[in-house]
Amino acid sequence: MCLAVPAKVIDIIDLLATVEVGGITRQISLMLLPDVTIGDFVLVHAGFAIQKVDQEEARRTTELLKELAGYAE
Amino acid sequence: MLNNRQETMRQAAAFFTGEIDRLITKPVRLMEVCGTHTVAIFRAGIRQLLPPQVELVSGPGCPVCVTPNDYLDTAVAYSRLPDVIITTFGDMLRVPGSASSLAAEKAAGSDIRIVYSPLESLDIAAAHPEKKIIFLAVGFETTAPLAAATVLEAERRGLANFYVLSAHKLVPPALSALLADREVRVDGFLLPGNVSAMIGEQPYCFLAEKYHLPGVIAGFDPLDILQSVYMLARQIHASTAIVENQYRRIVRHEGNPAARQVLTQVYETVDAAWRGMGVIPASGLGVNDRYRRFNALAALPLQVEKASEQAACRCGEVLRGIIKPADCLLFGKACVPEHPVGSCMVSVEGTCAAWYKYGAGKWQV
Repeated sequence: MCLAVPAKVIDIIDLLATVEVGGITRQISLMLLPDVTIGDFVLVHAGFAIQKVDQEEARRTTELLKELAGYAE
Repeated sequence: MLNNRQETMRQAAAFFTGEIDRLITKPVRLMEVCGTHTVAIFRAGIRQLLPPQVELVSGPGCPVCVTPNDYLDTAVAYSRLPDVIITTFGDMLRVPGSASSLAAEKAAGSDIRIVYSPLESLDIAAAHPEKKIIFLAVGFETTAPLAAATVLEAERRGLANFYVLSAHKLVPPALSALLADREVRVDGFLLPGNVSAMIGEQPYCFLAEKYHLPGVIAGFDPLDILQSVYMLARQIHASTAIVENQYRRIVRHEGNPAARQVLTQVYETVDAAWRGMGVIPASGLGVNDRYRRFNALAALPLQVEKASEQAACRCGEVLRGIIKPADCLLFGKACVPEHPVGSCMVSVEGTCAAWYKYGAGKWQV
C-alpha cells in the first residue's frame, strides 16, 4: 500500500501532471506537490506526486557507491 | 559476467557488511518499521548478508496488518447496504474480519471496487449520484494526505455522495507505545522512508532524546537498507543516538509541507486501536468537524456487532517483534497466503507473508 515509484514529469496542466515510468505514461495529481516543473523527477504514490527526487543527492549516492567500491577492493 | 554498476554495488555491499560486522560486537536487534522495508529485506536476502550478531525484526509498519477487525466488520456492514459502493486499495480485500471479508462480500454481490488512487472514487461518485461512495481510508502518514486531498477535491467538485471511513494511523506514537512495552527489545530503528517524505525528520527525535535509541530514515533499495544498517552500527558502536537520514534524495528535513497542511485541514488526531497493540493514544486520524459530512461514521451511522479476533492468531506479537512468524502454530499450516487466518499473512507487506513467500523462516527458526 505504501509503495511509491519515481517518475519523470513530461507535462503539467493546472494541478495535473503527465508522468512517464518505464515508457508508460499516466496522469497524477500535484495537489500535494504544487511546485513541480516539467523535467522534474517525482515520487508517485497512489496517483499523487508526494516528493521531488533530488537529482543532486541521487548523484552523490552514486558517487558514494563508487568510493565505497574502491575501499572494498 | 557482472557489469560495472553491478560490480560497484557488490563491492559497496561488501564494504557495508564488513563494517557492520566490525562495529557490532554484541547481539543487537534492529527494527524495520515499514512493511515495504520488510518485503525489500526479504526479497534481497539482506538478513542472510548480515553478521549473526545483527538481528532484523519487523515492526508494526504494514497498514493492512495493524487494522483491527472492528474496522473490517464496519466496512463489510457498509458494503451490504444496497446504495453503497465501497472503494479500496486492493490489499484490503482479502483481510478476514470477524466473520467475513470484503472479497467474500464482493463475491456475494456487493459493489466493492479496487482503486489505484483515492481520487478514482470521485469519478465513481460523479458517475453514480444515486449511490453513496465510501473510500476505505487506511494507511500511515504516506497515504493519509492523499485521502485528505481527495476530500478537498470532493468539496471543490461539489460531490455530496463521497465519504471516507478513516483508519489512518501515525507511526511515531506507535513507536512510543512499542518502547513503553517491556516485552519489546530494540536497539535501533530503520525508519520508514515514504512516511518520512511526508513528515520529515523531526517527529522521530524523541527516539534519541527520550530513549537514547538511534534511528535512520532508510530508502528501499538493497544498498539503501545495508547503508542504513551500517549507519545504525556506527551509532551503536559510538554509543550515540540521533536521527540520521540515509534517504536524502527523497526525504527533506521538513518533509512535505503541503501534505502536512492538508492533513491538519481535514483530520484531527484521535486515539486509535491497533491490531495486537490495543488503543494507542493520539495515534490515529479522524475527519474533523469542519469536514464531518465526508465522514462515513458520522454521516451514515450504522450498527455493527462487536468484533471478535481469531484466538490462535499471533499477528499481534509478530507486529511488536516479540515472536517470529514461525513461532505461531498456524504459520504455514492453517495460515498460508492462499488461506490467510491473520492480517500479517494477507498483505504483501505483511511479515508472515514475506517469511512464507521468501522461505526466510527456514534458516532462522
